[in-house]
Amino acid sequence: MNGYNFAYLDEQTKRMIRRAILKAVAIPGHQVPFGSREMPLPYGWGTGGIQVTASVLGANDTLKVIDQGADDTTNAVSIRRFFARTAGVATTTHTAEATVIQTRHRIPEHPLREDQILVYQVPQPEPLFKLEPSRAEARRMHGLAEYGLMHVKLYEDITRYGHVSISYDYPVMVGGRYLMSPSPIPAFDNPKMHMMPALQLFGAGREKRIYAIPPYTRVESLDFEDHPFRATRAPHACGLCGAEDSYLDEVVTDDKGGRLFVCSDTDHCETRRADGHTGTELAA
Amino acid sequence: MTDETLLSARNLNLHFGAVPALVNVNADLWPGEVLAIVGESGSGKTTLLNVLSGRMAPQSGTVWYRDSEGVQSDVHAMSAPSLRALHRSDWGFVHQNPRDNLRMGVSAGGNVGERLMAQGSRHYGSIREEAIRWLAQVEIDEARVDDLPRTFSGGMLQRLQIARTLVTHPRLVFMDEPTGGLDVSVQARLLDLIRTLVRRLGIAVVLVTHDLAVARLLAHRVMVMQRGVVVETGLTDQVLDDPQHPYTQLLVSSVLAA
Amino acid sequence: MAYVAVKGGERAIDNAHRWLAEERRGNPEVPDISIAQIAEQLGRSVDRVMAEGSLYDPSLAALAVKQAQGDLIEAAFLVRAYRTTLPRFAAAVPVDTAAMTIKRRISAVFKDMPGGQLLGPTYDYTHRLLDFALEAGFTPPPPAELPTEAEEMPRIHDILGHEGLMEMDAPSDAEPFDITRAPMQFPAGRDARLQSLARGDEGFLLAMGYSTQRGWGGSHPFVGEIRVGTASVEIVPPELGFAIDIGDVELTECQMVNQFAGSKTQPPQFTRGYGLVFGHCERKSMAMALVDRALRAAELGEEITAPAQMQEFVIYHCDNIEATGFVEHLKLPHYVDFQSELETIRRMRADAEREMMQEAAQ
Repeated sequence: MNGYNFAYLDEQTKRMIRRAILKAVAIPGHQVPFGSREMPLPYGWGTGGIQVTASVLGANDTLKVIDQGADDTTNAVSIRRFFARTAGVATTTHTAEATVIQTRHRIPEHPLREDQILVYQVPQPEPLFKLEPSRAEARRMHGLAEYGLMHVKLYEDITRYGHVSISYDYPVMVGGRYLMSPSPIPAFDNPKMHMMPALQLFGAGREKRIYAIPPYTRVESLDFEDHPFRATRAPHACGLCGAEDSYLDEVVTDDKGGRLFVCSDTDHCETRRADGHTGTELAA
Repeated sequence: MTDETLLSARNLNLHFGAVPALVNVNADLWPGEVLAIVGESGSGKTTLLNVLSGRMAPQSGTVWYRDSEGVQSDVHAMSAPSLRALHRSDWGFVHQNPRDNLRMGVSAGGNVGERLMAQGSRHYGSIREEAIRWLAQVEIDEARVDDLPRTFSGGMLQRLQIARTLVTHPRLVFMDEPTGGLDVSVQARLLDLIRTLVRRLGIAVVLVTHDLAVARLLAHRVMVMQRGVVVETGLTDQVLDDPQHPYTQLLVSSVLAA
Repeated sequence: MAYVAVKGGERAIDNAHRWLAEERRGNPEVPDISIAQIAEQLGRSVDRVMAEGSLYDPSLAALAVKQAQGDLIEAAFLVRAYRTTLPRFAAAVPVDTAAMTIKRRISAVFKDMPGGQLLGPTYDYTHRLLDFALEAGFTPPPPAELPTEAEEMPRIHDILGHEGLMEMDAPSDAEPFDITRAPMQFPAGRDARLQSLARGDEGFLLAMGYSTQRGWGGSHPFVGEIRVGTASVEIVPPELGFAIDIGDVELTECQMVNQFAGSKTQPPQFTRGYGLVFGHCERKSMAMALVDRALRAAELGEEITAPAQMQEFVIYHCDNIEATGFVEHLKLPHYVDFQSELETIRRMRADAEREMMQEAAQ
């Protein structure tokens, strides 16, 4: 791509973002404001994740980009192309081969390693935003660790529905200190963040915040002792590979209520099938 | 500050432009004692309450608080986090308008349980049980525990606010006209409740009111203020039965005349 | 029918872009519109794109308008994204609007003043009747005579300032906040707020300004002055040590005169609301001035009761590129999260049914 620096951003900007990342890693779960740049993709479409990836990407990295767990959803394709054009890095769809993985709304099923970085795209970094719309007040609450309001919300859910009704973007406590939004990953994925060997970075471009979970950090989903957190998934096996422990997409197959459940993580499903696993749909 | 007082203030001064709100005000509060600050509007009584509770800074003078370990702190020199923590645990503040201190979109149980959750309680069942216990103490039917305060009457809202404030067993509660705006019969019931709870739990109270009857019913001691100046202070019955200062005499006689 | 996993995202995108290019061109028998035509004859669109794209370059803005098929927010986005790639080689000296070459200058607070009321090219007094003669092409009549003597046009606010009636801003050499380099924190300073408003969406600011006039936090505004014209942009290169003119920009400036404030120590003065926009855009400059004044409520000791006075509400929502990005991102796949909601609802309904059956059995 003529006239543009490696990975689009100029070196000054990357340095500024890396400084923000270092601060974030030093204070796990704390939101660090940064001078987010206008990117050629719209706000809300991954500009934060892209800026973080652009700042940590090197010429020898291998990049994987997923959206909803799949490599070939249109926005994942668009972002992968962006980096292929501006950085010329190798790209892959295999989780195990990637060194940097940028993701929207899922954590890969395959466990990550110490030499990998997971970059999350974050639409709304403030876990308290629905309860307290003022960012100035929310900052005070984080600074004073005043999170009673969030527990009140969980209490109300249990009172009204019998259990917590939050199914994605389920709030977590990081390192026992900061309340954090894990981004809109399904609650099912929350346990993967706890003590993960890989570095987890979170970028919110429009809201201009970066935060991080260093490797092997405590990440605990909020709950009550007598209403513990449950990681739920559809109670089926993947129709293609037979997996019973992966997060599933529900595909509508006809207008008579026909449904097929398949792994949301396309690489996980393909790898299992290549290893000989099959589900009822393929066996039929 | 003597060894026994819970809260003491010396030489408080505060002017709003040319208007005097506090003029060389001193105050002392002992553990378990109810102190009423009475006066008409413009007397400075609400300003004094706000300064004593750290919500407003005086232009000169000091307020000291002695905590349960006997450690003395200057309320206005405390860090913001420490003061906020104090307000959530050892201190309480009952507002004249209960809506100022309740979450109208949260159930009664959630409102009462919030301070417990803020202090780290993580057992839903226990929090709800404690909330129900407190609703009973303030004479709210336990069946209302999951109801939203939107459906409560004015008197019930005030009682809910009191439950929400007392749930963490504060040692000191500030009250700003707690019965203001309520019907007379509702007021009487609420005053009775406050008196019973305060005596049973041994809570110290600083209470602001323009109503001498409220002072007489609840307070051990009373301070009379006029235009920022404390004109008279002493045991409630003594001050109200045998007022020395002309302004106090005026206040007392106005009540009798009505 | 066996399920075949959906693939081919790349091809779909390529085809979508080809179709878009076709639509953008329209009927090939109709002449292709030129950048010069857009810049010359759709000037107000170009001005809006420069203002909201926050970059002064009429031909670039015209290109963006063409590429975006006339969608002005999309065009502003193109300009903003381009702006990010430009290097900064200098900071200009603050533009002196008192020294503008004026083509339009009006005031609502005085009947007449030095320099007079100069209407300039305005729509204000046109009758809004569609002119079908324009369809057949248009040759304008020779322009009206401009005054040969360039009269002095002092700013109304300076005139009011001579009597001490208008609050004056204290001059400052401090570095202004730069919203493109540092993230906003609230409460935000006036410099950061004005920068946000200058690139803010015209429609949003218009509505916010309008709300202040209808009672949602108003302050009795008068138009002290609106001036439209060209101002020179100057830089002081360190090698030279004096200012040189590097070009002209067209600007619209609006100063509103608002309700007077005062205190025990300060006698009452009129307060100011300020609006400044690239190009010729009075509506935006006026709306900006109304909102600027409303956002000063806290510093002027006024109670904050209305949305236009709430800093976080106005500043967070006035950037239409952030707004459209986030609103339109809802089109992206969200089926993973939706799946979670489906499972949650199904489980809750199953629990409720089980309870009902248990109760019925008792």
